[in-house]
Amino acid sequence: MNQTRKHDDQLINSVIRITGYSSILFVLLILFFLLREGLPALASTPLKTLFSIRWYPIEGYFGILPLILGSILVTVVATLIALPFGIGAAVYLSEVAPPWIRDILKPIIEILAGIPSVVLGFIGILVFVPFIRKFLDIPTGLTAFTGAILLGLISIPTIVSVAEDALNTVPNSYRQASLALGATRWQTIWDVTLPAAKSGVLTAVMLGIGRSMGETMAVMMVTGNAATMPVHLNSLFAPIRTMTATIASEMGEVAAGSQHYQVLFLIGIVLFLLSLVINIFASLVSTKSRQRSERLLS
Amino acid sequence: MVYMRRFLVILIILILTAGCTQRSTTDDTPISQSEYIENKGSDTIVNLALAWAERYQQINPGVRISVTGGGSGTGITALINKTVDIANASRQIKPEEMQAAIAAGLSPQEFIIARDAIAVIVNPSNPVDHLTLDQLSKIYSGEINNWSEVGGEDRTIVRLSRETNSGTHVYFLESVVRKGNSDDKTIFAADTLLLPSSEGIIAEVRDNPNAIGYDGLGYITEEVKILGISSPEQPDKYVIPSAETVSNNEYLISRNLYVYTQNKPTGAIKDYLDWIFTPEAQNIVKELGFVPIQNQ
Repeated sequence: MNQTRKHDDQLINSVIRITGYSSILFVLLILFFLLREGLPALASTPLKTLFSIRWYPIEGYFGILPLILGSILVTVVATLIALPFGIGAAVYLSEVAPPWIRDILKPIIEILAGIPSVVLGFIGILVFVPFIRKFLDIPTGLTAFTGAILLGLISIPTIVSVAEDALNTVPNSYRQASLALGATRWQTIWDVTLPAAKSGVLTAVMLGIGRSMGETMAVMMVTGNAATMPVHLNSLFAPIRTMTATIASEMGEVAAGSQHYQVLFLIGIVLFLLSLVINIFASLVSTKSRQRSERLLS
Repeated sequence: MVYMRRFLVILIILILTAGCTQRSTTDDTPISQSEYIENKGSDTIVNLALAWAERYQQINPGVRISVTGGGSGTGITALINKTVDIANASRQIKPEEMQAAIAAGLSPQEFIIARDAIAVIVNPSNPVDHLTLDQLSKIYSGEINNWSEVGGEDRTIVRLSRETNSGTHVYFLESVVRKGNSDDKTIFAADTLLLPSSEGIIAEVRDNPNAIGYDGLGYITEEVKILGISSPEQPDKYVIPSAETVSNNEYLISRNLYVYTQNKPTGAIKDYLDWIFTPEAQNIVKELGFVPIQNQ
């Protein structure tokens, strides 16, 4: 019996190890596939075409600049919207709210996280789009701003749950020490708890940014998908086209291996690189500040 | 315990592989009592194809037809990849698609199954009732940007279009934006909104008095206003699209709708295509707002 138990243990151990390593394998496979399908675009399409400002693939215009800038614009504004709400809600849940309110709010936020983005997009078309057009008196409500609001809504639950976990790991002795020194509750939150949880909160923000950058369906439904260069101040209130929406709406149609197909994969590589940069930045920030807090603790 | 587990693993593998072999035998020898036809492509045609498939399955219970949309290009790509039997397209197959199909060992056959008018639509509150083809072309290419330039209110024009994978988009580019001139390299203005669905276009036109859109006549609802369009030959004669004005070639922006098969159709696929040209099937065409073809 003992022998079988040991055997079982080894078996399960190795299965778990394989599942652990498999994620590395998957990332490498995805990267390999992206590079294999997308890099030929650099050979088939002149850089001058790629970095032009017109995207109209059925006539050979492959300028990806408006798409990259469109994605960045929507993501930045979405993050600016989601940041105060997300961190505010996390601070409230972890530091201020009485337990019974927390017990109600947490499941609600989790439900918000579970709403499919296509449903949010639908609500966006029915509610936000007409409202924004009339409220701001602009030609159409299908704008970057509308997309950013929806993306903000989508990334808030991610930010809240990760940031709240980070705040919860701050030892209670920190708060007690601060209050004992005569700091107010707000001073304690702003000057002690939040800085102590800085790495976790930044990770939360980075995850939120990643979520906004990769979101497809909702932005495709409400941003109007016009590949214009967002270089004016009022571009926020005009239609734009994101990288994800472009891939999603055009990939189904292209012939495998064609120039258009390769450029779409190249856009995939750009997206991959952008999220890689965000992730590297997030892990750099969090390890750096962890070292600092460890020093503080010792 | 261990033996039990190994036995389970082997059992699972056996089940999985058994599934594979069974599948491949059915592919080789079609079961006679139930024929399966896979049909995919143009979103313009999808409602018509669904109505046909439903009716046909009622009268031929032995045939199963699955219909999906996705766009003309999507359907033709699927045909080339041999994942569908019939591709619906609201445009003709492109030369490069034909080459890809031939390279894949196919010889696609073309059938004109109905005709369709593209209606140009605006919000009912827009005072503009009609446009010339030239004005429409200038609006979509970005030369005309305000409704006051074509006799309307002082409002910015918001141009709506289907995505570039839509056959309707390609048709509109060639026949309206370029006015049928194949040497013309004009394209849609960069700020044209490309919406992923017909419903999206109807919804925005219904809500927004600045918008102009276009869509297949079969999709137009009562909540939007259809514009009369005049041809360059008779600029004062504005024609509203209808089955009649399409049949007698008075309405300018109309086109053929196609289906393509992988090869010369045989068996169940041939029977189905033959049925499509019967008066019964062409009546369904009329009911859905498309224009029946007179004779094959």
